[in-house]
Amino acid sequence: MSELMNFAPVVLKNLFSKPVTKNYPAEPAVYPERSRGHIEIDLETCIMCGLCMRSCPSGSIKVDRPNMTWTINRFDCVQCGYCTVVCPKKSLTINPGYQEPGQEKFEASYTKPQPEVKPEVKAEAKPEENK
Amino acid sequence: MGKRSVVPFGPQHPVLPEPIHLDLVIEDEKIIEAIPSIGFVHRGLESLVDKKNYKEMMYIVERTCGICSFMHGMAYCEAVEDVMDVEVPDRGKYLRTIWSELSRMHSHLLWLGLLADGFGFESLFYQCWRLRESVLDVLELTTGGRCIFSVNKIGGVLKDLDDDMIKAILEAVSKVEVELEAIKKTFLFDYSVESRLKGVGVLTKQQAHDLGCAGPFARGSGLKLDMRLRGYDAYKDLDFEPIVSEDGDGYARCYVRTMEIFQSIDLIRQAISKLPKGDIAVDVKGNPNGEAFVRVEQPRGEAVYYVKGNGTLFLDRMRVRTPTFANLPGLVETLKGAQFADVPLLILAIDPCISCTER
Ligand code: SF4
Ligand code: SF4
Repeated sequence: MSELMNFAPVVLKNLFSKPVTKNYPAEPAVYPERSRGHIEIDLETCIMCGLCMRSCPSGSIKVDRPNMTWTINRFDCVQCGYCTVVCPKKSLTINPGYQEPGQEKFEASYTKPQPEVKPEVKAEAKPEENK
Repeated sequence: MGKRSVVPFGPQHPVLPEPIHLDLVIEDEKIIEAIPSIGFVHRGLESLVDKKNYKEMMYIVERTCGICSFMHGMAYCEAVEDVMDVEVPDRGKYLRTIWSELSRMHSHLLWLGLLADGFGFESLFYQCWRLRESVLDVLELTTGGRCIFSVNKIGGVLKDLDDDMIKAILEAVSKVEVELEAIKKTFLFDYSVESRLKGVGVLTKQQAHDLGCAGPFARGSGLKLDMRLRGYDAYKDLDFEPIVSEDGDGYARCYVRTMEIFQSIDLIRQAISKLPKGDIAVDVKGNPNGEAFVRVEQPRGEAVYYVKGNGTLFLDRMRVRTPTFANLPGLVETLKGAQFADVPLLILAIDPCISCTER
């Protein structure tokens, strides 16, 4: 049963074909649409309920309700996507593109703009006064 | 009788991808006895059930293993679904089967590569991993992750396959089928490969049975043990026969795994042709109360999941028995009487996954 030279055709084909690997970084990596790279938040819809913070298996999200900030430690996040599943407002999405490596872990904070009724009225009133 | 000495082997070794330690009692170049010890990568995943609720645990059990990740998550979900009397929609079951079989393909291709590396056939090693890459790419396309998919949930799956993705899966498996056909000849008929595998580390059918071996390791010894025959998920509707070889040596294990890749390709095609329409998941309400025991066939063999809930968000107990754990006694048996130079190959032959053994 045993034979010699079984591998020769594979080797020959290999010798005369292009490399299988990409010439990265000259040729950029292409991620499919579903690739789980990083979490993005839509602060417009987030209601700061803190459910994502309580559900994250690796504990990488912090929600500070009084200051209206949403913080994520992207180095601790394991890209499981559970926060996107639990968020009641579907404010979180997981998109392609990985966090760049760094020498230290750091957090990214996002503060919710506060469109309260009063400041808006004032802001509108001011230009009128100036006129 | 020569002088006996003890050679420590592992946990770090150039050929071994996994941290297992063996004390080898040798006489000249012959192994008299092997004493395994594990415990280098224990992470305490089972005890995390106290801190993480049963839905979050899904994402933790998935990380038990980097290769059979999907099937760990799936077995856990099935155990919890069993406790909660949840019936997963048919499409969800079929998708789980398709992803399971794709996982099996990439795991076996990885193993074939490592085996080739183990007996020093570097270019064959890279050919196997090149093929594995096309499976990983299609997994990334369909689930978003290359090894850890995070698509399971209690009650079904999170992501559906559209027509383009199904086409991509079929194209990828066809490509692997054609190219593996060429590489297969080297694994199964090449003179130098045969000389390293034939008659090495023989485990008889009786021994494999008595030592409780599982998966391709047991099937290589002639035991027709395959948990897929239990008919979980879509396997009840699919037509397949476990691949068994009677020889019980390294060659038989290599044969079983190579042929299982072709079997997986066939199962994927069958599952796709029968893929029902409909929901992929059901909503789950309440907390698990009761206990369940689930057995699934992973690439390395049978994994057993046990969960016990008490009606709260947190489970009382979760227990995992992984296939490598079942295969360690068999490994120790095959090492007895083997040549020292064959030890890495014999350890590779059980496809060890120590990090899931230690959890
Ligand atoms: S779960 Fe959603 S809505 Fe709630 S704090 Fe997190 S991102 Fe905002
Ligand atoms: S993706 Fe997972 S680990 Fe990352 S922030 Fe969301 S829940 Fe946490």
